Amino acid sequence: MLHARRLGKRFGEKRVLRGVDLDLEHGGFLVVTGPNGSGKTTLLRICAGLARPTEGDLERTATRARIGYLGHEPLVYRELTGLENLDLYGKLYRVPERRERVGMLLERFGLWEARHQRVGAYSRGMTQRLALCRVLLHDPALLVLDEPYTALDAAGAELLDAQLAELRGERTCLVSTHDPARIEPLQTAALGLVA
Amino acid sequence: MTYARDVGALARKDLLLQLRAGDTLPAMLIFVVATFVVFHFALPSGSSDLAATGLLWVALVFTALLGLGRAFVPEREQGVLDGLVLAPCDRSAIWLGKAIAMLVFLVAAEVVALPVFALFFHQLPWAAVVGVVLADLGICTVGTFVGAMAVATRARDLLMPLLFLPLAIPLVIGGVGASVVSGPGRYLEFLALYDALFALLCWASFEYVVAE
Repeated sequence: MLHARRLGKRFGEKRVLRGVDLDLEHGGFLVVTGPNGSGKTTLLRICAGLARPTEGDLERTATRARIGYLGHEPLVYRELTGLENLDLYGKLYRVPERRERVGMLLERFGLWEARHQRVGAYSRGMTQRLALCRVLLHDPALLVLDEPYTALDAAGAELLDAQLAELRGERTCLVSTHDPARIEPLQTAALGLVA
Repeated sequence: MTYARDVGALARKDLLLQLRAGDTLPAMLIFVVATFVVFHFALPSGSSDLAATGLLWVALVFTALLGLGRAFVPEREQGVLDGLVLAPCDRSAIWLGKAIAMLVFLVAAEVVALPVFALFFHQLPWAAVVGVVLADLGICTVGTFVGAMAVATRARDLLMPLLFLPLAIPLVIGGVGASVVSGPGRYLEFLALYDALFALLCWASFEYVVAE
């Protein structure tokens, strides 16, 4: 699913990632850890196809349509409602039975009641839940999640635990976190980056 | 059909965003009307209609620039461009959807601006109105493309006019020409050619603007 050899990234003179090797087979769950500035976000952006490596090779079998990416930003519009945001992504990803799928995800992540509110009125935790709905909307084969527990309360974190556990073995996951113990039971491989 | 659906969904989203933010269209309207008022008092009495027609085009280009400068603000402030770029639709649909939304706002501003111009200065010939419509197409296609380039840089507010205004010069030449000569066909054809050429260039190269 995802194979990288000596992956590196420079922004001008600054090197943010160096010599990363990784192999992630279908159904694998790779946990990426490392201190701030070690290049976790850059690695995940490269793996999602949002950035190009300046060194090394990356082979990814999942097409753009089959990748679900959660970054530091929720990638939703604050002026649109939660429902409108998911509907837009549902159209762009050509999700079959879009309305049912959107409704099911909103309900699962506890946002059904707030579906007609603009995202600008959501709390940070609600926005993160909506971002998770967006990621899962098109049933991606490869999930790239950058610190997915950020801003989630205990209930939200448990929902995400349950969702990841459900996907384990069926979907390929690449997750960066500062709390590896939380997802240790799910991981099939680990990658530690150094600053 | 799929491409048209993607463009439709993206254009609808852009129209909704701008309408709800409620800043672009009112700003464009106030700017263009205020500019005509300033020009009305700045032009000496007895000035020719030709001078006023030239000023019309200055006002339209800068009004468009005002709107275009806001085109990618939601994507920049909320980082949503990554989400759109990752979607499996053709990336040029992002550009086309936004260009259509900008065209709607520019035309809406002109629906008010042109009668105000006629009130302060003189009636516009039909060729000038056709010229405005053709120029709008070029302004929105090129302006949205340049806006996407500028939004990725730190100096975006500086870069937008620096990139856009030189590219808009042919539109001003064509528009002014169509507005003032007795046989405007040549100028209208020039504007149509500009629109077709730049629409094709922007459509084909937008992928490289949004990819890293």
